Amino acid sequence: MRTFRYERGTDPGQAVTLVAGEPDAAYLGGGTNLVDLMKLGVARPRLLVDVTRLPLDSVEPLPGGGLRIGATVRNSDLAAHPTVRRDYPVLARALLAGASGQLRNMATVGGNLLQRTRCYYFQDVSRPCNKREPGAGCSALDGQNRDLAILGWSPQCVATHPSDMAVALVALDAVVEVLEPAGAREIPLTEFHRLPGERPDQETTMEPGGLVTAVRIPALPYARRSTYRKARDRASFAFAAGSVAAAIDLDGPLVREVRLGYGAVAHRPWRARLAEEALRGQPATEENFRLAADEELAAARALAHNAFKIPLIRNLTVRTLVELTEGSVEPAAERGR
Amino acid sequence: MSAPTAAVGRAQPRLEGREKVTGTARYAVEHPADGLAYAWAVQASVAKARIVRVDDAVALAEPGVLAVLTYANAPRLAPVESRELLLLQQPRVHYRGEIVALVVAESLEAAREGALLVRVDYDTEPHSSVLTERHPSLYKPDKVNPNFPTDTCVGDFDAGYEAAEVRLDQTYRTPAYHNNPMEPHASTAHWWQGRLLVHDSSQGSGDVRDTLGRLFEVPAESVRVTAEHVGGGFGSKGSPRCTPVLAAMAARHVDRPVRLALTRQQIFGPIGYRTPVIQRVRLGADADGRLAAICHDAFSQTSTTTEFAEQTAVLTRALYAAPHRRTTHRLARLDVPTPSWMRAPGECPGSFALESAMDELAVACGIDPIELRIRNDTDRHPEDDLPFSSRNLVACLRDGARRFGWADRDPAPGVRRQGRWLFGTGVAGAAYPARSPVGSARAEARPDGTYQVGINATDIGTGARTALWQVATEALGVPGDRVRISIGDSDLPPAYVAGGSTGTAGWSWAVDKACRSLRRQLQEQYAGSVPPGGLSVFTDTAAEVAALEKVARYAFGAHFAQVRVDVDSGEVRVGRMLGVFATGRVVNPSTARSQLIGGMTMGLSMALHEEGLLDHRFGDWVNRDLATYHVSACADVERIEAYWVAEDDDRVNPLGIKGLGEIGIVGSAAAVANAVHHATGIRFRTLPIQLDKLLQHLPAG
Repeated sequence: MRTFRYERGTDPGQAVTLVAGEPDAAYLGGGTNLVDLMKLGVARPRLLVDVTRLPLDSVEPLPGGGLRIGATVRNSDLAAHPTVRRDYPVLARALLAGASGQLRNMATVGGNLLQRTRCYYFQDVSRPCNKREPGAGCSALDGQNRDLAILGWSPQCVATHPSDMAVALVALDAVVEVLEPAGAREIPLTEFHRLPGERPDQETTMEPGGLVTAVRIPALPYARRSTYRKARDRASFAFAAGSVAAAIDLDGPLVREVRLGYGAVAHRPWRARLAEEALRGQPATEENFRLAADEELAAARALAHNAFKIPLIRNLTVRTLVELTEGSVEPAAERGR
Repeated sequence: MSAPTAAVGRAQPRLEGREKVTGTARYAVEHPADGLAYAWAVQASVAKARIVRVDDAVALAEPGVLAVLTYANAPRLAPVESRELLLLQQPRVHYRGEIVALVVAESLEAAREGALLVRVDYDTEPHSSVLTERHPSLYKPDKVNPNFPTDTCVGDFDAGYEAAEVRLDQTYRTPAYHNNPMEPHASTAHWWQGRLLVHDSSQGSGDVRDTLGRLFEVPAESVRVTAEHVGGGFGSKGSPRCTPVLAAMAARHVDRPVRLALTRQQIFGPIGYRTPVIQRVRLGADADGRLAAICHDAFSQTSTTTEFAEQTAVLTRALYAAPHRRTTHRLARLDVPTPSWMRAPGECPGSFALESAMDELAVACGIDPIELRIRNDTDRHPEDDLPFSSRNLVACLRDGARRFGWADRDPAPGVRRQGRWLFGTGVAGAAYPARSPVGSARAEARPDGTYQVGINATDIGTGARTALWQVATEALGVPGDRVRISIGDSDLPPAYVAGGSTGTAGWSWAVDKACRSLRRQLQEQYAGSVPPGGLSVFTDTAAEVAALEKVARYAFGAHFAQVRVDVDSGEVRVGRMLGVFATGRVVNPSTARSQLIGGMTMGLSMALHEEGLLDHRFGDWVNRDLATYHVSACADVERIEAYWVAEDDDRVNPLGIKGLGEIGIVGSAAAVANAVHHATGIRFRTLPIQLDKLLQHLPAG
């Protein structure tokens, strides 16, 4: 492991100055991803600035409704927060679907957003990866890519963003508050992560040295009727094979508003705006849920091993929306056996 | 260890449990040493090549780095049987991930950084790493592991099969599996005045001692290897592996004690793995399911350096009656690391194919799968024509059926739906050889009234130490707190490795004999009191083992599984596993149960989760950690039960003990796969059964 210096951040401004002043510097949150990557030689910082003692660890209600979540709030604490559990069950469920209890106790909100892909090839310095080394080539494109992207990928990179939490947050229209060397800024979460394009090494729209200080969730009363469904290869401690975050508001038999986020499908937590648009004002029926998912997934391009994600996401979309509207929607005729 | 009566058959917590959970039990790289240095392995990034040059200049310039060992400067090793152990001797790469250099440094971190900075230039050659049943290198090995005939033939399979009313001909595929003990392979080595001391994470320190002696050309008496506590092995530490050799080379090179631990990522290959297997099974039966013909053809892989022939089809030689039968094994020699033992080598993958095929035959004949197995039971070994010392397969099936509630089962597949789940149940049979290898032990009575029993057994987490203490205590007839047991040290009386489910049978026999001899001598020569200088006896079981009567010795078992499949996602969850086993006399019900449910869970893991994902372009597996190589976690095991039938077998060995470390994994993957078929109507002949494979067939998909 490369020798590094360790500094403890005392306030956000000082932390940003420290990191901005050093080309190979990184912020250290819970360390559940970064420390692994340092051991593997994937991340080789010269300086770590520990941000876990910055005063960014509170969850505060916002005046007009909604929550402001400090960047160093631990995943476990956020999942257990009474307001989150009551007003945003989709977020609590997404958090609890991720990792293990031990990891959630360490992992921070900011670190969760900034965690790196679990693509096999990215994590192994003995294999080419454009994300690690621009221009080296993408080993996953024609390699083992069952876990990788179906939406928004480029020939340079087919990685997925691995977070569960971020999928819920993107559906909730979360806004990321960042402190950059030039000052504070707000970035909608939908624009926070980049698609890989030609530069898969550039993962966010934050300026170099930028620090996530908080995530804001606006008020969304109907999010009390929201949920997160994650399909995975084993019952615990597995990244999603595909996941759906959903919230829905009905106006009688019609969909007044709906939010959909898809996980494990793209380089960023995927906001399914086309599906939302297709459902708005339409009868809340199983058939319409299916058509809406198809609308979103029409752009999907499967790789050699991940075509299953298209029907999987479609099924999970339908099932989560049916469950959220149970009792208010006429069930479709039982299909199959 | 204060339980005053430690009778055999009584549940007993592990003697060393407290030390383990409080962190004071010392594992291989936790032994302190003055002047300790740390080593880190550098692995080949190509699958087949000549090493042109190793540039170690940058690594050597890294602060703290002491040396870089390569083929050019590493100590020379004398030949041994396993060419895998002739490390850093030649500028050749035989597989991707082969260790091509070793960096030694003042700290672990410096060694690791140094390893990243070593540059190796290769002259690469095309490689072949994908096993197929038509691979051009396929050949017939002279024997299969450890010493079974490669092919067998009884009767006339082709004629019997042709004439059968019901014929089944299917091919089953399993991927590479990686042992993944909790403690990766690790060693601390120390040369001192021409003697070598190694603390090794091994299933048998005696073999490691002998092998190191040969490699370094020093008398075995000058080498001592300890393995007091071992964090699992699952076969991957059953014979000497790379770590003690490399640590000893490095220690000699820098003339300091050296610690070497492989990382999780590094153990995917260099320490062995279970070969992928392709199996064709043909069953011919009458309409009532009575087998007339069985053929089991197995294809697996070996490396270009050392032959390992997985004995995939040997289970089929013993499990069911049929007059016409054939088994074959063929190996492809690939540019891959040498496969090796992994819990129940042979029987584990073999049982997936055979017990899936039996389930398919039951469906084809319209017979209950338990009844089918009972109809094909036999009281003589079907190929060796020997009686069994005991054979309680049917008792296991019947007892399991009763406990599991099998009688109410509707055989129709794919019809039990509750909400979004499809439910199903499955069964499979199991058998595993019950061997009792020769062992030796020393029992010593001390003037203070305590007893010291020593045997070079190894406790790899199984509870062997505790079981042997129970056996010794019973044989000595004294309270347990007066008996101390020493294991895991090559200076102790030699005994077989912790492998092949032989430990509790073979070691107990030796311990029992030594303790009873001591007790008898004390009574006959010292009137039952201990002489002032104490009394020590050393015995072995060579004569007794040689005199064992010729019978077939096996443990048997039956597995039951209940699964549910989500129609939206294809996710498979196992709601219940139940196993019933016939394993002779159970020494410690607590640790026995732990072994059995551990094996069953590992079979669940094989059925649904585990898979080494080969990237043929690179020639190795890309999922090399426990986040991406999935093993079943606690949440995957919802309800699991293991039972054993009463079995009094004095022909298996005098203590009536059969090993049970492996029988739990034999057949359990098939039970899960058979349950998936019952739930969905879809037959999976390739493992693992993952959601993507199910999704396309399910009603919601």
